[in-house]
Amino acid sequence: MNWDAIGMFLVFVLFTLGITRWAALRTRSASDFYTAGGGMTGFQNGLAIAGDMISAASFLGISAMMFLNGYDGLLYALGVLAGWPIILFLIAERLRNLGKYTFADVVSYRLEQTPVRLTSAFGTLTVALMYLVAQMVGAGKLIELLFGIDYLYAVLLVGVLMVFYVTFGGMLATTWVQIIKAVMLLFGTSFMAFMVLKHFGFSVEAMFAGATAVHAKGTAIMAPGGLLSNPIDAISLGLGMIFGTAGLPHILMRFFTVSDAREARKSVFYATGFIGYFYLLLIIVGFGAIVMVGTDSAFRDASGAIIGGPNMIAVHLAHAVGGNLFLGFISAVAFATILAVVAGLALSGASAVSHDLYACVIRKGQATEKQEMRVSRIATLCIGVLAVILGLLFESQNIAFLSGLVLAIAASVNFPVLFLSMYWKGLTTRGAVIGSLAGLISAIVLLVLSPAVWVNVLHYDKALFPYSNPALFSMSLAFFSAWLFSVTDLSPRASLERGRYLEQFIRSMTGIGASSASKH
Amino acid sequence: MTPQDVELISKHPDFIQLVQRKQKLYWPLSLIMLVIYFGFVLLVAFSPNTLGQSLNGGVTSVGMLVGVLVVLVAFALTGFYVFRANHVIDPLNEKLKKECEQ
Repeated sequence: MNWDAIGMFLVFVLFTLGITRWAALRTRSASDFYTAGGGMTGFQNGLAIAGDMISAASFLGISAMMFLNGYDGLLYALGVLAGWPIILFLIAERLRNLGKYTFADVVSYRLEQTPVRLTSAFGTLTVALMYLVAQMVGAGKLIELLFGIDYLYAVLLVGVLMVFYVTFGGMLATTWVQIIKAVMLLFGTSFMAFMVLKHFGFSVEAMFAGATAVHAKGTAIMAPGGLLSNPIDAISLGLGMIFGTAGLPHILMRFFTVSDAREARKSVFYATGFIGYFYLLLIIVGFGAIVMVGTDSAFRDASGAIIGGPNMIAVHLAHAVGGNLFLGFISAVAFATILAVVAGLALSGASAVSHDLYACVIRKGQATEKQEMRVSRIATLCIGVLAVILGLLFESQNIAFLSGLVLAIAASVNFPVLFLSMYWKGLTTRGAVIGSLAGLISAIVLLVLSPAVWVNVLHYDKALFPYSNPALFSMSLAFFSAWLFSVTDLSPRASLERGRYLEQFIRSMTGIGASSASKH
Repeated sequence: MTPQDVELISKHPDFIQLVQRKQKLYWPLSLIMLVIYFGFVLLVAFSPNTLGQSLNGGVTSVGMLVGVLVVLVAFALTGFYVFRANHVIDPLNEKLKKECEQ
């Protein structure tokens, strides 16, 4: 049992429960619940977005990748970061001007509500649940290691807290948990990077020299290794990372928490700054750990492997630079990170059920706000239970491929129709539905046939699809089918839908008629 | 918006100017970011040795500098966009909104 860590974590949980109580008192309407009443500032939302992106997977995973392979770890970090300017230029403002609670609001703006909302909700739930399961399994393992708590209890604890934050505090509590965690993580990582630099006399060159001197791969860690040697794989991964971020429902939902397009724009600017700063720190953390953790036998077990596996590198480094107390702090931050990210995912999944499926499809917009909120709370509970059960089922499965490939799926199912609905007059309901289904099905089928699943999980000899990332193919197919089934759609409904584009275009450009923040 | 509003705004000279200014801002910036990022990815795929070269005789490689530059350029581009949007696009947008309210 790591008492420093447990103590710090308890402080965090109590504090966030206090925030949840405060938020619960302020969460009255559906708009409060889904989008914190649209009252967040650009700076606050920027921190929350950064919190969503710098998840435990990227904090622990990318530092581990740099520790093991050096430069290759940076490639992942850059892929996630490079998506943000694109989201700012092309997506953020139009999304805020056209939507209210979910990105399906935007896709269905001038299209037929029922089929478009159904497919968008389906895409949202698929992405949110897959991401949730990946986070749950990772969380369980991590908490088992950090706190010495049993896997079962760890997963249950995450599930219960997640449901608690979301059902009582809605988006306001979820956002503040995310902001606090982002500040803690940025502060903790800054301190680690500072201590590493101090160790090397504030010379980055000395740090790289030390790392290449002790690393088994020598100076090869300063250059790209075998990770992206195949050009098709490299482009496919790059596309998946850039446009996958723009298709993550819990990220897209963040743009509705600010008052207008101007604040949405500012939030991306701050988020890009924080995410970029964080990844630059991770270079120092990862390479510093090669020397400060890798050469210290205290962090290795009897067989010479890193205790707890390479994903624990950042946590070991915290111990090396700041002793037990700082180790406790970073462990608590890692747990907080998981909690904040799963809460955002659960909220986006729940809103797809209550807003898109219940209020718009089943009740055809006739549901009261009270009914809609009750359904979203029930949906949150169901998603929580489902996530815990799936987390327990997949405990011993190797699902490391999931969290990375969720981006490829999001880039194929959500991004193409979202982009086309905003930028292409010709998109019709038929094209949007078939496009997103084609993206979803092709991404999943190619994923199953790829080496990660076909060979590593199902144990066949040879993968039927040779590339590790499907995004290049599945995203192209989604765009192509959305185009093909729109241009061949000659129904009267389709021409009405094309006719409504001009009004949508004016609103997306100017914000005239956009839903505004509710007054508190 | 009524069909008359749509008709009126879409033909409004300020709206036409707004659309042109916005498009002249976001399309080139998106293209620059995509070219930089995919240029980097293709460099990694086709010529990893270029990035592995020593920067100035030491251990620090060219690739490390390029990686840091990609981060800084991405941030600078978002900063440029926000500055232009706040100072050029928004005033025009406000003016248009005011005129259309009347």
